Amino acid sequence: MKKILCLLLAMTMTFGCLTACGSKDTSDPADNGAATGSSESIEGAFKLGAVGPLTGDAAIYGQAVVNGAQIAVDEINASDSTVKFELNKQDDEADGEKSKNAYNNLMDWGMQILVGPTTSGAATAVAAQVYSDRTFMITPSGSSPDVIDGKDNVFQVCFSDPNQGTGAADYIAENMADAKIAIIYRNDDAYSQGIRDTFVEEAEAKGLEVVTEGTFTADTATDFTVQLTDAQSKGADLLFLPIYYQPASIILNQANAMGYAPTFFGVDGMDGILTLENFDTSLAEGVMLLTPFSADATDDLTKNFVAKYQEAYGEIPNQFAADAYDAVYVVKAAIEAAGCTADMSAADICEALVAAMPTLTYNGLTGQNMTWQATGEVSKAPMAVVIKDGVYTLPN
Amino acid sequence: MEFLSYLISGISLGSVYAIIALGYTMVYGIAKMLNFAHGDVIMVGGYISFCATTYLGLPAVVSILLAMAVCTVLGIVIEGLAYKPLRAAPSLAVLITAIGVSYLLQNSALLIWGAAAKSYTPIISGTLQLFGGKLSIQYISILTVIVCLVIMAGLTLFTSKSKMGKAMRACSEDKGAAQLMGINVNQTISVTFAIGSALAAVAGVLLCSYSPSLMPTTGSMPGIKAFTAAVFGGIGSIPGAFLGGILLGVIEALAKAYISMQLANAIVFAVLIVVLLVKPTGLLGKKVMEKV
Repeated sequence: MKKILCLLLAMTMTFGCLTACGSKDTSDPADNGAATGSSESIEGAFKLGAVGPLTGDAAIYGQAVVNGAQIAVDEINASDSTVKFELNKQDDEADGEKSKNAYNNLMDWGMQILVGPTTSGAATAVAAQVYSDRTFMITPSGSSPDVIDGKDNVFQVCFSDPNQGTGAADYIAENMADAKIAIIYRNDDAYSQGIRDTFVEEAEAKGLEVVTEGTFTADTATDFTVQLTDAQSKGADLLFLPIYYQPASIILNQANAMGYAPTFFGVDGMDGILTLENFDTSLAEGVMLLTPFSADATDDLTKNFVAKYQEAYGEIPNQFAADAYDAVYVVKAAIEAAGCTADMSAADICEALVAAMPTLTYNGLTGQNMTWQATGEVSKAPMAVVIKDGVYTLPN
Repeated sequence: MEFLSYLISGISLGSVYAIIALGYTMVYGIAKMLNFAHGDVIMVGGYISFCATTYLGLPAVVSILLAMAVCTVLGIVIEGLAYKPLRAAPSLAVLITAIGVSYLLQNSALLIWGAAAKSYTPIISGTLQLFGGKLSIQYISILTVIVCLVIMAGLTLFTSKSKMGKAMRACSEDKGAAQLMGINVNQTISVTFAIGSALAAVAGVLLCSYSPSLMPTTGSMPGIKAFTAAVFGGIGSIPGAFLGGILLGVIEALAKAYISMQLANAIVFAVLIVVLLVKPTGLLGKKVMEKV
């Protein structure tokens, strides 16, 4: 009996791991079919590939990225620009191996420039291959420093994770200097851990008070009452959440049920919380997040993009869509600066664009005066928004 | 005061584990098989209740009844299609089938409801404030504990007093002899699955009210924890599942609060190992002689 139980328990554990991965192994064939469909061939157009999770847990990000890129490509092709694009979208389910397969599919298709992958893990995996293949890659939202580390031909449109942690701490130091801060982060996730590390470092440097830190992992992302009780009892009035929106939604719910109402402060992973199905957006009232893009901004560029996106996809674009839109325009600007033509090989285009990138200054949806270092890192000012009546608004 | 709130969150989480563990333990006790799809039936229950309240606008109570009805049917269908043909097969084959069913349910949910998480509206919200607001207890925690106690008492009565309950106990002791005594073993096992699945639906609703996020994999980790709870308390024993569930929840919450958040799960399983070393049948498990 004892042996049987031990065996069964061991099996359960294995099974647990299997189910955890299982969610990624599944894909919707219908979506895949749609994903591979590319716009019809255009004479003299650059072949652009976009990769992101179109199915799976992080589908909301990947779909935003390919949609945003599509809008930019359509705009450019409809304009009188001499640079034209042909876009091919591939699903990677936010998985490194699948992302490499998606990249290889795109290379077979004849891709010259890669816009993607969307998530950090997948982007890091593909970046290594792109570096040895010498293909130019610009990731809209792969924010880990590992994505660009040591690869001269890989660039980011979004902030890197350390920048987000530092930016958040700077913002709090400037606007809420005497806040008692609690942090809840996911310590088996490089994204969350990375932001938390730089945040704590910068908070210390700025003299901010971090009263407590709570952690969770993928397996324990369902119950936060202990972490919240701990934060509440230590008197924290600002809760920093460098995590994705899905666990954040549970935290908001459970804090509300406990009657604990600190200021919640998130980073770009929090983007998407308002689109979570059936989520009571009143819970997110007053949540602050660091995002380079606000759909409510009143400049013409944003208004035009939001209107087109809503018309085409029926929803308000998030930051990922804006990052992808910018990425395509940055590629266009770099091509023009480098004087590339569509009949050049991917490797030649890559060398030309790598040389051109640090010379660019680009004004886009996700920032003014964006510039790039040769390392691939972007420089732009972070912006904090606060959720008010279910939309992002600028804090006053 | 914090200790009390940690204890309370542990007890309410433990109660959810206990309800799930009751389903595991009943099926194991009677059919002598581990229904690994149990955790995924919980997920289906959550989704049905979610759809009923969100898309159809039904009240919470109706959505629970609907979820129970759907899960009961689902349980019977799973049993009939996947497990019944394997009644005479080695237990490993049934185990693998159960894992297959678990995948089938998860992937079907992925196809039907999509991968993006959905936010579940708790069936009751609000908090009870005690000691001038120093201690707050969520109503859902109180409800979970009450429901768990009622279910446990109900099941104990059912298995000891009712005719079907007696048939279940007879089957659990010796299927062949029970059949010779005129008990319809197949029907008894089907009823067990029906009850277990209805419990899973209740557990699903309570779990999602407690942790209001619904994904196709929502049921897998609580399912594993509950299985652990069932083994902890002595698999096959109804009070054992209850005790195991509550203890597991409390150990988890207190370990998180006072020892280490990162090691909470490791501590839970370490305690389980110690218990099994000292008492291999679990806390309340009975030693059954294997007949050769």
